[in-house]
Amino acid sequence: MKKSVRFYSGAELVAIAAVDAGCRFFGGYPITPSSEIAETMSLMLPKVGGTYIQMEDEIAAMGSIIGASLAGEKVLTATSGPGFSLKQENIGYAYMAEVPCVICNVMRGGPSTGLPTALAQADIMQAKWGTHGDHPVIALTPAYLEEIYELTIKAFNFAEIYRMPIMLLLDEVIAHLSAAIELPDKERLVIKNRRRPTVPPEKYYPYDTAYGDVPPMANFFEGYRFHVTGLSHDKTGFPTTDPEIVQADQERHLRKVNSKKSEIVDYEYYKMKDADIVIFAYGSTARAARVAVDNARSLGINVGMMRLRVIWPLPDAEILKLCSKSKAIIIPEMNMGQLSEVIERYAADRTKIMRINHVGGVPIHPTDILNVIKEAL
Amino acid sequence: MAFEYEKYLRMDKIPHLWCPGCGIGVVLKAMLRAVENMGWNKDDVAFVSGIGCTSRAPGYIDCNTLHTTHGRALAFATGIKLARPAKHVVIFSGDGDATAIGGNHFIHACRRNINMTLVVVNNNTYGMTGGQHSPTTPIGYKTSTTVYGNIDPTFDICMLARGAGASYVARATVNKGKQLEKYITKGFEHNGFSVIVATANCHTQFGRKNKMGDPISARKWIADREIPLEKAREMKAEELKDRVITGEFITEEPEKTRWDNYNHPVHEYTEAYQTIRDKAQEKK
Repeated sequence: MKKSVRFYSGAELVAIAAVDAGCRFFGGYPITPSSEIAETMSLMLPKVGGTYIQMEDEIAAMGSIIGASLAGEKVLTATSGPGFSLKQENIGYAYMAEVPCVICNVMRGGPSTGLPTALAQADIMQAKWGTHGDHPVIALTPAYLEEIYELTIKAFNFAEIYRMPIMLLLDEVIAHLSAAIELPDKERLVIKNRRRPTVPPEKYYPYDTAYGDVPPMANFFEGYRFHVTGLSHDKTGFPTTDPEIVQADQERHLRKVNSKKSEIVDYEYYKMKDADIVIFAYGSTARAARVAVDNARSLGINVGMMRLRVIWPLPDAEILKLCSKSKAIIIPEMNMGQLSEVIERYAADRTKIMRINHVGGVPIHPTDILNVIKEAL
Repeated sequence: MAFEYEKYLRMDKIPHLWCPGCGIGVVLKAMLRAVENMGWNKDDVAFVSGIGCTSRAPGYIDCNTLHTTHGRALAFATGIKLARPAKHVVIFSGDGDATAIGGNHFIHACRRNINMTLVVVNNNTYGMTGGQHSPTTPIGYKTSTTVYGNIDPTFDICMLARGAGASYVARATVNKGKQLEKYITKGFEHNGFSVIVATANCHTQFGRKNKMGDPISARKWIADREIPLEKAREMKAEELKDRVITGEFITEEPEKTRWDNYNHPVHEYTEAYQTIRDKAQEKK
């Protein structure tokens, strides 16, 4: 077996993993710090018979991938904060019409144009509530280069399994970081594809709940001739204003993710066995937190880390357990506490939540975290 | 023999939601006749639309149909066509949908020259939301947001399409269904981005506020203003004020050089992208 070891950046790894997952369409728009993903896709996709298109704006880029997905392709777009804001209209459409797609957001400082070239974890809440209305959400937060590859594959699998948009949240540091990486053996990748209808066209309904919460999906031009709309619709795909049908459909959308939470949540424990102080982290801040844990351990402090690889949905039971057995939970974030606020609700009075919130565009240093660990003692 | 519209319609979705006498029905019929002229298999056609009265049309057609977000139909359609270049992609849009909120997508779809056909039903107003003024509401006319008379200059959608690079552009009114059918058919036959503007009546919203609240007077208002392109060419600019010029504005084939735009040959986009794939796959 020939090993493929070379230097890759995080952005390149998103593109390579997407193509390995079967992605054959990318619709994008240039934006710092995510443009390298589009550039790599423009190079790779024509080689494998796929299509890269640079659309006229972020909204159109999102629209184009939904169209291509309905035609049967696995699809990706990449953007950053302001572009993510623009895409929200059509992201909502993809939720409503249940169209599989992956949106990679390389987060930067905000609001507005903010800090285009600096890192942030500013869109944790936008990934959840960016578009209007209620909908389920799955968002992944890789922290290491190998993990970018792994979780990009996973994002495509989730999109296909749950028939919905999936958020892949990177930050400027890991998107631009380069290191020598050995890519996994492609033969051994687990690749999921959307569930296809097994009934003849006259018996097919695009949102038929008889098959469970995730209805089988036909592609355009395959003889099924169905209708897709962003309006509330019934199982046939045609608009309805029937209160009971609309209510039941919204509940099903949430249930398709909530009922599978145990298969979706993804986290890692680091030196947690005897830890009574816990750092709760995700993305590139978890890299600093890991160093802080090691440094604190060398001072004899019992500290560990819980790191989220999937940030939405949260692993409820594990967080509650953490809250009742830890003396303090330290949450370093490159925002003003978007996740901390949520964890504080889990904690109630059970434990002390200590925030570290940096929004200046420079990484949180391990020393910043170590100082808070000492405060927690 | 009477044309069998039932062959292409989802009859269980009829009656439609349009007002009696609405011009969109004429456009839908012309569209279905054009599909028949092409002999297309219904499975091979996708109808895409945005938001508004016109954008409800695909829901009635027994093909692959996609009702998207306001103004964005062309973006979704572009994704479909690029993913499946051998299939037929047709877009329905209104004047507000295509040239206001969707203006950016409109000019760039024209520029790319992808082999798709856009039919814009221009009824000079936002009908579905209650008759507000649109980019094609003539100056001086009243709408629910220009109660003292409209002062916003209007877009000429055909000139906009031509300037942006569409390679087939035509306009007909809903008073002349056969002419519309002919232009839509030619748009389908054309290998490139085609724009057909159907000048239509909205007597309910636009007409009512301008002393033509019934279909006959609203359509007469269109008929009285119509000038065929050949005649218009011999008329002075001031005589053409507020007129609806009908005909084929551009019938350029992709191979020809467009001297009035950029000095390079125009290609059809999906064919051009195939040359990119070929280049990328060449063994070094």
